Amino acid sequence: MDFFGRLTLDSLPFYSAIAASGAGVTVLGGLSVVALITYLGAWKALFGEWLSSLDHKKIGIMYVVVALVMLMRGFIDAAMMRSQQAVAFNSDGYLPPGHFDQIFSSHGTIMIFFMAMPFLSGIINFVMPQQIGSRDVAFPFMNAVSLWLTAAGAGLVLISLVIGKFSTAGWTGYPPYSGPEFTPGVGVDYWLWAVLISGIGSTMSGINFLVTILKRRAPGMTMFRLPLFTWTVFVAAILMIFAFPALTVACVMLALDRTLDFHFFTNAGGGNMMNYINLFWLWGHPEVYILILPAFGVFSEVVAVFSQKRLFGYISLVLATMAIGILSFTVWLHHFFTMGSSETVNSFFGIMTTIIAVPTGVKVFDWLLTMFRGRLIFKPPMLFTIGFLVTFVIGGLSGVLLAMPPVDYLMHNTTFLIAHFHNMIIPGVLFGYLAGYMFWFPKAFGFKLNEWWGTASFWCWIIGFYLAFMPLYVLGLMGMPRRMEHYDIAAWQPHLIVAAIGAFIIFLGIVCLGVQLWVSVRDRRSALDVSGDPWNGRSLEWLTASPPAPYNFAVLPKVEAIDAFWDMKARGVAYVQPKEYEPITMPKNTLIPLLVGGTAFVFGFAMVWWIWWLAVATLAFIGGLVIFRSFDDDPDFTMPASTVQAIEDRRYEQLAKHPANEMADEPGYAGDPSPDPLPEGAR
Amino acid sequence: MLTSADLNPKGPISLAERQLLFDAFFIMMIVIVPVFVMAALFTWRYRGTNRKARYDPGFVYYWPVEILVWGAPAAIIVWLGFHLWDGTHKLDPYDPIDKSVEPLEVQVVAQDWKWLFIYPEQSIAVVNELVFPTGKPLSLKITSDTVMNSFVIPALGGQIYAMAGMQTKLHLLADENGEYWGRNVQYSGYGFADQQFHAISVSDEDFENWVQKAKDAGKMLDKEGYEALAKPSSKLPVTYYSSVTPGLFDSIIYKYTKGNAHGYAMQCTTPELAQASQASGGETGSRAE
Repeated sequence: MDFFGRLTLDSLPFYSAIAASGAGVTVLGGLSVVALITYLGAWKALFGEWLSSLDHKKIGIMYVVVALVMLMRGFIDAAMMRSQQAVAFNSDGYLPPGHFDQIFSSHGTIMIFFMAMPFLSGIINFVMPQQIGSRDVAFPFMNAVSLWLTAAGAGLVLISLVIGKFSTAGWTGYPPYSGPEFTPGVGVDYWLWAVLISGIGSTMSGINFLVTILKRRAPGMTMFRLPLFTWTVFVAAILMIFAFPALTVACVMLALDRTLDFHFFTNAGGGNMMNYINLFWLWGHPEVYILILPAFGVFSEVVAVFSQKRLFGYISLVLATMAIGILSFTVWLHHFFTMGSSETVNSFFGIMTTIIAVPTGVKVFDWLLTMFRGRLIFKPPMLFTIGFLVTFVIGGLSGVLLAMPPVDYLMHNTTFLIAHFHNMIIPGVLFGYLAGYMFWFPKAFGFKLNEWWGTASFWCWIIGFYLAFMPLYVLGLMGMPRRMEHYDIAAWQPHLIVAAIGAFIIFLGIVCLGVQLWVSVRDRRSALDVSGDPWNGRSLEWLTASPPAPYNFAVLPKVEAIDAFWDMKARGVAYVQPKEYEPITMPKNTLIPLLVGGTAFVFGFAMVWWIWWLAVATLAFIGGLVIFRSFDDDPDFTMPASTVQAIEDRRYEQLAKHPANEMADEPGYAGDPSPDPLPEGAR
Repeated sequence: MLTSADLNPKGPISLAERQLLFDAFFIMMIVIVPVFVMAALFTWRYRGTNRKARYDPGFVYYWPVEILVWGAPAAIIVWLGFHLWDGTHKLDPYDPIDKSVEPLEVQVVAQDWKWLFIYPEQSIAVVNELVFPTGKPLSLKITSDTVMNSFVIPALGGQIYAMAGMQTKLHLLADENGEYWGRNVQYSGYGFADQQFHAISVSDEDFENWVQKAKDAGKMLDKEGYEALAKPSSKLPVTYYSSVTPGLFDSIIYKYTKGNAHGYAMQCTTPELAQASQASGGETGSRAE
């Protein structure tokens, strides 16, 4: 056996100009980040304050950074597919099949596992503990391990551009195509180990979020006083815990087929590919709700704050969320109505699928009724929310159509399906996360994002979305299959050209996001969030400073109502400084989670290339790290009361300088609930 | 769009599938249209600068509205559920279209990256062309000799997976003479984009002539010939075989299931058994799973 397994110099991407330039961009991107950090002299701060941090807020921010980087990578894939299909009528276009296949596989893999999941975990990490009045998540160390396992998976996908090739089996990796007989190369292995390693991180995140919500709520924060975002996280966390093991099992079995010649999913030898497909979607369908429920939570927060009104039908929304969570486990077979199951089986799963439309419809109406008799302020997060409401129901409509098995017989595997799930995931998930990003950005960094560029980004995204995906509905009705590298039907081409234009407008939307960030950092002094409550908010995260102190709350808040912070403002107790503080215990920074993630990355790489000695060594090292950590009897430090006092004194000084709510100058401002005059020294 | 295969059905199956699509689409408008109207109306009327609009921050719960927002979608889903159940049972791809009419039986094999059609009664085979008489039900038995494929003729209906070691069924019928396209729509590798075939419905007379044409091809599809054909190839021209080794289709399924004590071998435990069962007109097995 070779020392480097099947890794040779031939694995470098010099076989094609396009592959080589992709690798070049990846390597140059990495090098320029290294150069920039060196230029800024930020290595020490990076390792000391960020990469080693166990603070849920910093971990959340790092997740979002991963997500935004991967969003760009995933979008480049999308742009390449759209441009290929726009030109590939009776022509091979510029991408050969072997490359086009890698691109649609990496696009889906990246967008689901390494864009949406980190974005989700990032926002949850940053917001949820603050919303429930907690100082951190339940397991800060495990939280950091989750982050670095996710980053390890993302790293494997990125390095596949440089060394070897990525999978051609699509983001779902259906066997037997993904088995060793038909795709013996490293591509599927890259996909497998990236998904497996990050999937373990996601399972642990789910456990962490669930325990945090159950055990770390502030006094008085009963379950039915939780903000709706936290409710959606609660349900999504349960789904994560129950769904991800199915993916892990399916992937481990496929890995056994591929590496140890097992026969779980092979054509012959007693294998059955449908077992994989069942397991995959047993995870895959709940996964859709794992992604979308927290986005629904973001919309719920945003619509209430910018309608300047409490959320309509809180109990209904909670029940609808739970209903969706339960139903999400009863519909997986609708991903393969065409496998030849009996009419009764197909009917059952079809009907269960349409039933999900009921609680989802309830949510849409409750958000609309929140706007009813409200006073709307059209900040970018609110624009994304309204855009979502209108666009999402179209995706819901096409989803119900696809849930009818006979309709699915016609539409399955066509671009109609592609249009449908992008119509759920772009307005439903991505708009939600972008709304959340713009909504909570001031909380994270202490200044607001530029609104003009945020609005411009919104319009590009929504116009681009309609142009890119409405033609795919039409093409699906014309019978166009998904994943076509070229085609010979002339009538398809005009629609594909429109779709490519749509993708370009979405690209402008991403550029606007970048410009927004740049302009906002440059002009941050003119958009400072001094009070910590930039939008006249309703839930507890707006009680903390922006950015919050390491401990979030110097004194845990006492919750007495739904919309806890709004209620505290109304009672005039939100900004009353306590007489004295107590010391606060927090976890120390540690580099072990980063080491675990980094070693997991090397382990994945070794498994991909069959470098067995390295795989054994890295796995043993990870085990050693965990054992080493378990002997650390002193993982926490205590911040003395005097330090807390100093930080808080500064905050109250600052508050006193800015007596009015930051939204007060807004034309539609309806007032904040603080009783006047304010208590002595309150602001 | 107007020339769309799915929207211009040429047979009763695709017509019924399309009708279900339209019915569901229009019933869903009952909830979709109000969302558009409310979103537009509320966004305009309750914009912050419109001080004339009523502002009622206390409007957070109103039970009649709650009943409506749960009830209306639920009622629609009940209606849809009945149609879904009914439609799925009527349009089960495994059900013969008209039990009183003897269908034309064709065995379909998905290969990399082409389609092989075996006509057992006529004892001919053809690659990438499916010809059948108009007005006569078509009974397809489908398997794969490679990765999972999915078989569809959008103008007539479909689709169903083709899986190695398993057999799925599809019944179709064309109402008028014509040439349609059919293909694999489940990604299957490099040659996927070109894995398509002509589906041609012709008069009975033309069908007989076509069978004769195939019979005159003088090429035999035996075991060796089959193995050569099954090797990966792309954009293969239409190829006729004047005769086919009996039981070839079953042997393609069987080679994946032999040695498998329980499993899907149920479908045709041995080629002989399968043939015997076919001859007696019985079902050759349970559904592919």
